[in-house]
Amino acid sequence: MSNLKIASHNSGRKLFSSKIATLVVWFVTVIWTIPTLGLLVTSFKADKDILNEPWWVSLFNPNFTLSSYKGVLFGGDSESLSNGVLPYFINSIVITLPATIFPIVIATMAAYALAWIRFRGSDFIFFFIFALQIVPLQMSLIPLLLLFTGGAHIGSVTVFPALGIAGDFAGIWLPHTMFALPLAVYLLHNFIASLPRDLMEAAHVDGANHFKVFRMIVLPLSIPGIAAIAIFQFLWVWNDLLVALTFASGTEEVAPINSKLASLVGQYGSGYTQLSAGAFITIAVPLIVFFSLQRYFVRGLLAGSVK
Amino acid sequence: MSDFLSVNIPKFTSVLSAITFFFIVLAVLFAIAGRANGKKARPIAIFIFLGPAIVLLLAGLIIPAIRTLLFSFMNPDSNGWVGFENYYWMTQDPNIKTIMVNTILWIMVVPIFTAALGLLLAIMLDRIKHESIPKSLLFMPMAISFVGASIIFKFVYEYREPDEVQIGLLSTIVKFLGATPSDWMLSKPLNTFLLMIIYVWTQMGFGMVILSAAIKAVPADIVEASALDGAAGWRLFRNITFPMIKGTFIVVLATGVVGALKVFDIVRTMTGGNFGTNVLANEMYSQVFVQFDQGKGSALAIVLFLLVTPILVYNIRSLRMERTHS
Repeated sequence: MSNLKIASHNSGRKLFSSKIATLVVWFVTVIWTIPTLGLLVTSFKADKDILNEPWWVSLFNPNFTLSSYKGVLFGGDSESLSNGVLPYFINSIVITLPATIFPIVIATMAAYALAWIRFRGSDFIFFFIFALQIVPLQMSLIPLLLLFTGGAHIGSVTVFPALGIAGDFAGIWLPHTMFALPLAVYLLHNFIASLPRDLMEAAHVDGANHFKVFRMIVLPLSIPGIAAIAIFQFLWVWNDLLVALTFASGTEEVAPINSKLASLVGQYGSGYTQLSAGAFITIAVPLIVFFSLQRYFVRGLLAGSVK
Repeated sequence: MSDFLSVNIPKFTSVLSAITFFFIVLAVLFAIAGRANGKKARPIAIFIFLGPAIVLLLAGLIIPAIRTLLFSFMNPDSNGWVGFENYYWMTQDPNIKTIMVNTILWIMVVPIFTAALGLLLAIMLDRIKHESIPKSLLFMPMAISFVGASIIFKFVYEYREPDEVQIGLLSTIVKFLGATPSDWMLSKPLNTFLLMIIYVWTQMGFGMVILSAAIKAVPADIVEASALDGAAGWRLFRNITFPMIKGTFIVVLATGVVGALKVFDIVRTMTGGNFGTNVLANEMYSQVFVQFDQGKGSALAIVLFLLVTPILVYNIRSLRMERTHS
């Protein structure tokens, strides 16, 4: 009898609190979404309205136009954006693709070697790469930039010539590749090390060498792990500001859209009204990735959270 | 237009040729090295698989980190030793004092809010139907760059002279409540807290999602057993659920501390570090690329490293423990 009472009491309470929970969750969700909604609405307003009419008023007084998008993409009257952000958007793509592919491939190879071609010192190397995760990239910026512009010297002896890639796309791909490796090697090692041993041994018995095993067994089986990490790296590079500011000059030849937008924030006038459209174009890419690949996205972000 | 094409078409050819070149080199290396037989096959395989990563890590992280340590004891142009002068400067400079105060504020406020709000929502999400929609929307800001988030909040924090129409949400709400809006980004110390809101807005979803997963992982029979014993609501949470997700909660807190220590993009974009909002990572950037002082910049990088390391070590260790247990 008393048990029954407790049960009914509990379910009553649960119902009540789940109502409150629903209310609170949706309340916070609305608050959390309003800022993005504001940007979206603002980006569809005419230039003069952006400065004179709050976006929530425009919502009930719809007079939407694509003029901000036209202006920000293809260039308008503002001097700071004579060619629009399209060249910077292209730069972002040009930067992000290799800066995702290179480190993932190199890290997958390294992870395979450390997990399945064990040798004396392989544990130590793995631990060392793992430990490199603690080095913030601020520790590398200055020397790496000096290496790109001036090469490496010991005294007056040139150990390594200037790479001459500062301000070039290669000068951004390379740092992103380097900075991505510790985390990527570590996570991919976890993944690859857990592949079934029997499979590897059977392949070797059949006469496959390490290169064949890597291509035919490890790569196909690692796709879920690789996808999650690749998405994380893609977003990291797309959303990065520090590496772009350091290694890409702000010009439309190489600078990514994110750093261009950051520089536009301080400017008023027509550059400012185009900011909303520019920002929405920039965040649209990660948002599309987010909504279309949510499962991998969440997995990748959680795994990469220590970076 | 033809101008546009002549500048931008080559970009695509360069990215395509870079990726193609990369894979051709790999294919050739694999083909050649794959022919090796006998005793040499293994060392060659190790060399090919591991070599690129080792070279890149040496050139990109290990050697630069050592050089940064050395630069921190050198003059602005890194060609003469100055001892501990760059570190001594930090103890004397009034700007660095502001930065340190701000940094302490960031690491005290930001992690607690991201973790507590994340936990609250995770608990509530556990009790509602159709949790996936609010979960997605709450997590969504994590996909947005700090620069994008800053621009979004630039519009929220927009301020107009009192005789004009306020187009910013914050100013409008403040006005509606009967107070006078001010130029938010110039108001010390409120501006720092407004910047923190941007950070919390983007990162809260992270805490929410992993805490939500942790709550779902609490065995149902334990919860049911204690419910039968009469535990419910707050007591059930405090005595049963929270102890079981405490580890995850601390990881979320620690991740917030590291993020708050490294915060750069938001401050750079919103205020450039002016109006009393400066932080360590932004000052490091300014010293190197605005003041052209590699010595002070390197010293600041070292301080950042020393602050971040113990927390990251803790975090990585407990994440690894969790992974090996699960």
